Amino acid sequence: MNVVVLLKQVPDTESLIEINADGSDIKTDNLKWIVNPYDELAVEEGLRVRERLGGGKVTVLSVGPERATAAVRTALAMGADEGVLINDPALVRPDPLATAKVLAAALKTIPFDLIIAGQRAVDDDSYLVPAAVAEYLSIPAICMVVRQEITGSKIQCEHSLQDGTAVVAADLPVLITTQRGLNQPRYASLPNIMKAKKKPLETRSLAALGLEAAQVGSGTAKTRIRSLAFPPQRKVCKMIPGETADEKAVQLVQMLRAEAGVL
Amino acid sequence: MTNGILAVTEFSDERFRKSSYEVVSEGRRLADQLNTTLGVVVLGSGVLAAAGELKRYGADRVLVCDDPGLADFDSDRFTPILDDILTVRQPRIVLFSASVRDKQLATRLAARRDAGLAMDCTGLALDGEALVATRSMYGGKLVARVAVAGTPQIALLRPNVFAACTVEKAGEIERLEVTPAESRVRRVETKPGAAKLDLTEADVVVSGGRGMGGPDFGVLEALAGRLGGAVGATRSAVDEGWRPHADQVGQTGKVVSPKLYVACGISGAIQHIAGMGGSSCIVAINTDPDAPIFRYADYGIVGNLFEVVPAVARALGGR
Repeated sequence: MNVVVLLKQVPDTESLIEINADGSDIKTDNLKWIVNPYDELAVEEGLRVRERLGGGKVTVLSVGPERATAAVRTALAMGADEGVLINDPALVRPDPLATAKVLAAALKTIPFDLIIAGQRAVDDDSYLVPAAVAEYLSIPAICMVVRQEITGSKIQCEHSLQDGTAVVAADLPVLITTQRGLNQPRYASLPNIMKAKKKPLETRSLAALGLEAAQVGSGTAKTRIRSLAFPPQRKVCKMIPGETADEKAVQLVQMLRAEAGVL
Repeated sequence: MTNGILAVTEFSDERFRKSSYEVVSEGRRLADQLNTTLGVVVLGSGVLAAAGELKRYGADRVLVCDDPGLADFDSDRFTPILDDILTVRQPRIVLFSASVRDKQLATRLAARRDAGLAMDCTGLALDGEALVATRSMYGGKLVARVAVAGTPQIALLRPNVFAACTVEKAGEIERLEVTPAESRVRRVETKPGAAKLDLTEADVVVSGGRGMGGPDFGVLEALAGRLGGAVGATRSAVDEGWRPHADQVGQTGKVVSPKLYVACGISGAIQHIAGMGGSSCIVAINTDPDAPIFRYADYGIVGNLFEVVPAVARALGGR
């Protein structure tokens, strides 16, 4: 069983995000970078598939700059076998569909039975990449999976709907995306972090995938950020006075009705 | 040549989702600005009778694909049908709701047609040839204005943000004969959720954090029930196993934009604020007067939530 995990390096969710001078991007100098939390679930699930079936290979595939090797190494330290990073100067802040095209091109060179991806990356929150990769590869995508089981060449998944879940079955290969609750990702132990340094991690350019900047570079982007801003500041919080809980509650309800107009 | 606006609706449990009316209304607004027509797409089984009501939200034309094979959502069946509709109609803009279903459907369509797509938008504007979407990034820590170019321009609207407005139009029904494709994914079982109301569509959300101290969210359930709202939770409450993952509000959970958000026993981690900062009115209830949550709230009560929340329910009185 060959499992490929799609992974993105993102700013730590606890970090303060700042905007650069011309308002077109974020400041990246002092950021701490992590593996996208939904992709951590994907790595863990890939490892569990390999463990359950008693063999196979878990390859981690990412598109990103040089610093993203750290995120791929983290996945290798968790237990993945090999890493591939697509790093090319033409891929500065790639459009999500361009990222999906690059990943799909790379997946033509890596054997896979199952692709696992995070349901979304918590930086641009675009949700686009996994389902677009599946579309480019002409394989089914099963999104927001909370449980999966592989039997022979078939997979059965329970996945989130708007409300509730559905159980679906399909023939491999498929792409699945992760939902919280799927698993609890393991921590990389110190010995495994040391071991991961020796695991194969290959960096490839677009040319190595047979792609050109004219096909996936930023010039091809159909969406472009015009400006970034902070969400509007709220007015100062009104603290509700009162001696007892009931006094405060009565005042709050009055204000919500008369002032805020939300009741 | 490109023509008009297309709004895609979602029909489930015998009715249109609330967000579908929002999508149709926003489509009407854009169509008026461009002086063009609004087509509305309805896909499902047994949907023909309900389709007529969409004219009240401004549909010039309602394209109905009514087939038993479309009873349950299946992206293998829905995508080619929509793709064909786009080929024939050549709309300039296609709108969806940013629902679980349509995130997948619209993505496949965008990939197929190499179209620009703006996900989970909170505002749309026209600027020359471009559609300019306002959307949050970094889990709501930033707001981006994103220009979508090319044809069609696809936008998914965050539920509960756009107004649903009634304006009577012709709403001429056009039934399209469709032959749903074979699907590669077979549905074995559907397990309906326990929640009566979807968090992302609720007008009121009452959430609990670490201050709940355990899995008993009874006081929050009671207040939410009284207000016709839904109950949410922070990541720490979910990680403790007190609430299901589906209830999590935050950067790694759901992003909600209710009219009223009541944060109970929530300290105000940036990760959580990211998921609820877009609410119209935020009330925070916490024993700690220095809790960061008060910096993001409109109204604050310092007190024990197990006393304050029932008191608020009482103060609302019978209705």
